[in-house]
Amino acid sequence: MNIYVYILTMALVTYLIRVLPLVLFRKKIQNRFVSSFLYYVPYSCLTALTIPAIFYSTESVISAVAGLVVAVILGMKDKGLPVVAAAACITVFIVERFI
Amino acid sequence: MKEFYKGLKDGIPIALGYFAVSFSFGILALKGGLTVFQSVFISLTNVTSAGQFAGLQIIIAGGTIVETILTQLIINMRYALMSLSLTQKLSPDVTVKQRLVIAFANTDEIFAVAMAHFREVTFRYMLGLELLPVLGWTLGTLVGACACDLLPKAVTSALSLALYGMFVAIVMPVAKRSKPVILVACIAAMLSTVIYYVPALKFISTGVSIIVCTIIAAVVGAIVAPRDLETEAKSEQKSEPEA
Repeated sequence: MNIYVYILTMALVTYLIRVLPLVLFRKKIQNRFVSSFLYYVPYSCLTALTIPAIFYSTESVISAVAGLVVAVILGMKDKGLPVVAAAACITVFIVERFI
Repeated sequence: MKEFYKGLKDGIPIALGYFAVSFSFGILALKGGLTVFQSVFISLTNVTSAGQFAGLQIIIAGGTIVETILTQLIINMRYALMSLSLTQKLSPDVTVKQRLVIAFANTDEIFAVAMAHFREVTFRYMLGLELLPVLGWTLGTLVGACACDLLPKAVTSALSLALYGMFVAIVMPVAKRSKPVILVACIAAMLSTVIYYVPALKFISTGVSIIVCTIIAAVVGAIVAPRDLETEAKSEQKSEPEA
């Protein structure tokens, strides 16, 4: 099958998922439960995406754990996204030289 | 225009992170037999990490279109939750046409940064916020695809942590200031770990697992620590970051 059929299908499905709620829901949600739920969504989602997948993203679990620990510490110190991401990568690189 | 530039500025770190991450997508796509143009085209039209990686696997395996649609639906369904959540943060004067535009690049990170913005999000702000990350995501794929065989394994292994480092950098500063967010993050982490390791739950795919964990953890958060809508509105007026 033509590869562009796959690519455009992927793009279309992804776009529809993103656009429909944005266009269909235009009011402020007054329900306290629903608005609280939506507030917590990004944090639960990003955490579920990270753990445990992060442990298997590098050449060894040990370097991934080291990178995660460094990222958590720097994140707690309010360092920005590029600093935390770069430090995590450098940590993995260094740790893998020793194991 | 001020809003646009503010968005651009907030988008710089995301763009840098994306550049590093999409690099590895470019490498994988080339290794899978795609051309440089095809891999860049995927990144430009999809702008999503997990969905693209999964889609690429299906393309390489020669899967069906139904399979492609289902996989994207499951893996990317979280964006529906995010878009829904974003509607609450958008300024009410954002028109339908403008919504059609900003929906295109409502990624995990752009969404998280928009939600952490100290007040209502305007169309110009979103436009600025999305521009550089889309560029970074596309260019990173291009460079990765071109440099495919030049990079040593040690470097690609290290770069693969960039995406997760970015996720951690979004969650931790908020978690530090909010116990309910810590609780929600811990529940999500535990659930997703259990689903991953317990053999009886192996049938749950990664995409479904993310949706299930996201919903359960956020529901627990909303029950245990519902947010006070009025204080929230007040703190937004004082232009403070989320407490």
